[in-house]
Amino acid sequence: MNNKIKKILPQIITVLFVLGIFGFFTFNAQINMDNRGIDFGFGFLTQESSFDVQFSLIEYSGSHSYARAYLVGLLNTLLVSFISIIFCTILGVIFGVARLSSNYLIRNSAAWYVEFFRNIPLLLQIFFWYYAALRALPVPEKAGPWFGVTYMTIKGYYIPSFIWTNLDIFLYSILAVIISIIIISTYAKKLQENEGKQIPVFFISLGLIFLLPALTFFIGGVSLDFEIPALKQLSKTSYVFDGGIGLPPELIALVLALSLYTSTFVAECVRAGIQGIGKGQKEAAASVGLTPNQILKLVVMPQALRIIIPPTTNQYLNLTKNSSLAAAIAYPDLVLVFAGTALMQTGKAIEIVSITMLTYLSISLAIAAIMNWYNKKIEIKEK
Amino acid sequence: MNSLNFLKSNKQNFYYFLYLGLFLFSISILDVAINAFLKINITSFLPGILSIFLPLILGFVGLNFIRTEYSGIKSLDIINKNINTNNFNAILTLLIIFAIIKATPPSLSWMIFDANISGDTKEACTGTGACWTYVKVWFRRFMYGMYPNDLHWRINLAFILVIALGFFGFFLRDNLKKYLALYYVIIYPIIAFLVIYYLISGGAFGLVWVETGAWGGLSLTFIVSFFCLIFCFPLGMVLALGRRSSLPMIRYISIGYIEFWRGVPLITVLFMSSVMFPMFLPEDFFMDKLVRVIIAITLFEGAYCAEVIRGGLQALPRGQYDAAKSLGMGYWKMHIFVILPQALKLVIPGICNTFLALVKDTPLIFVVGLAELAGMLALAKTNPKWLGFAMEGYIFAAIIFWIICYAMSKYSYNLEAKYKTER
Repeated sequence: MNNKIKKILPQIITVLFVLGIFGFFTFNAQINMDNRGIDFGFGFLTQESSFDVQFSLIEYSGSHSYARAYLVGLLNTLLVSFISIIFCTILGVIFGVARLSSNYLIRNSAAWYVEFFRNIPLLLQIFFWYYAALRALPVPEKAGPWFGVTYMTIKGYYIPSFIWTNLDIFLYSILAVIISIIIISTYAKKLQENEGKQIPVFFISLGLIFLLPALTFFIGGVSLDFEIPALKQLSKTSYVFDGGIGLPPELIALVLALSLYTSTFVAECVRAGIQGIGKGQKEAAASVGLTPNQILKLVVMPQALRIIIPPTTNQYLNLTKNSSLAAAIAYPDLVLVFAGTALMQTGKAIEIVSITMLTYLSISLAIAAIMNWYNKKIEIKEK
Repeated sequence: MNSLNFLKSNKQNFYYFLYLGLFLFSISILDVAINAFLKINITSFLPGILSIFLPLILGFVGLNFIRTEYSGIKSLDIINKNINTNNFNAILTLLIIFAIIKATPPSLSWMIFDANISGDTKEACTGTGACWTYVKVWFRRFMYGMYPNDLHWRINLAFILVIALGFFGFFLRDNLKKYLALYYVIIYPIIAFLVIYYLISGGAFGLVWVETGAWGGLSLTFIVSFFCLIFCFPLGMVLALGRRSSLPMIRYISIGYIEFWRGVPLITVLFMSSVMFPMFLPEDFFMDKLVRVIIAITLFEGAYCAEVIRGGLQALPRGQYDAAKSLGMGYWKMHIFVILPQALKLVIPGICNTFLALVKDTPLIFVVGLAELAGMLALAKTNPKWLGFAMEGYIFAAIIFWIICYAMSKYSYNLEAKYKTER
């Protein structure tokens, strides 16, 4: 009896404590909102937002709803995270491998790169790129072309845009490529396990990736045009680039800072992963007669990836959360558009901040759930 | 056979190849160095592309000549082993050396030779390099924010006192050593809080009251990270114990708390503290913005701290728990005397890393309007008298933060290495 009370009492006290705090907050919020004449509710989401967003992936103007503004912000957040994840992975793998190089200069340059970019606060790096480095770029009328058709100016990076005809056929062909590669690799695996025969899956896949989409250009009536940005005079002294896609400087600064900063952490993950594979594994693989390529593909990489992928995903998650720093340089991401402008206009602090937090929370939890599933799948099954 | 491997040395002509290789290698470096430092292109008589790639080709051939398996000459072997193992490495080596040589003169002249530091106004900056006058003039603002100039001694004194009190524990007599944990976990935070509150804020003991809105600069960074650290540590400890508790409600509440705060970005937490939190407080109750921000960061970092401490708790072998229980210790006795002392020792490097992340996160309080170093920089660069020196300001701040964070990460590496060997 005594034991039971000992177990139940602390739990009851804790729950009461938590409920008490929540109750206290709700009670106060109720009184405060009554006093200020604000009512709680999510009805504002369908109202007209009447503010404009500089950079948006989907069609948006002031006449759209707040819900649409939320979507614009979310897509911008995902865009900047996606681009930065790609760059930080490339840089991270390069520098992670370079830190293990036998070359003294390469090893130490990579080490200094990592130490340098990881020990400066991300916000300062974003400010540096945005306010100091990118402000030194030329104005549009003086910008020379990079790679012939792109222009790097103080107002952003202008690249040609693609104009597709029959884009859907092209996308179907890519879908077909993906499906056929999956089928081929499953078949190859089966063949390998049952009969010990090997087929060059990699080259077949490579060929498919290039051939099938290229085929649609000749047969499917797909064609691709480029719209090249051109200088246009607005008034006597003001010029802009017209046509093409203009990437705003905020996006560039953010991508630069996020990918350089996160790449240092990815590099450390990669280094730890490769170092985690014992020399004995490679020697054992070589002694059973595997070729160096096979050793890398069948023995080292599967084990290294098992160590590398979980912490790296964690870094991707951090990057996505860090992309909210965009608000500091006015890149229209979720925090700036929704928790900034929309909040100012509606005054619905509780609703908007909770929606924003819940959005990030669900992204994190979703990725964490996928990660757990993946970890379970790849973990070493010991008897 | 001899004629076939004319590109490789053998025993007879080894020294010819060595001297020729060294000669070519030094020529290539000399070419790049003259080009970078004196801005004279000695190979300008060659056609364009060849003139650019000549040092690379010469250096590559030179390194190729001096590459041998084993020569017996000590310095040559070190070079071959470390920077010249194969063709690919040789090219990378050359590229890195060239990049360093090329980057040195412009950055040196910008930072030092063409820079200005004398004078007190923008007009003093006449050189083409950096204008360190800007940093010099704004230095006090960067360090202390808008805090009144003649009261800066109070901030300095407060920091000195807090640091001195932090080292106080090392000089305790042996019979008092057992209260060390008590001192650091409970007494020290309270004393530090009182010192900072009364010295920096003032308002008592004849000190002039300075409102928190005037605090700023690097000192605010330190104040915020210091308080968040000392408060988030006990919070993390409670949460870590909660997460490992056998009582389901406590465990679920702890898990929910930890996962919630770990899943949201700090910036939204700060937004919450500045716009949403006041709604949750009683009407006539006013809480200072700085206090709200410190609470928000503490709640946020507490979750990260909890995960670090949980790692330490999990790393302890089960036998420790069983042994403590078999001695008839209860839950609290077991944790206070057996488990936590060992687990906390294990997690010191992890806590150090959390603190590092905390210091790097504090500039974020800029977005809710608190002017710490990043905020002061933003203020200074928009000052009409000092437009156009953003670069100098950010480089200055970057250097300061880099030194702090690098020292901390090195320290945590050392701790990690130290505790690894002891176990």
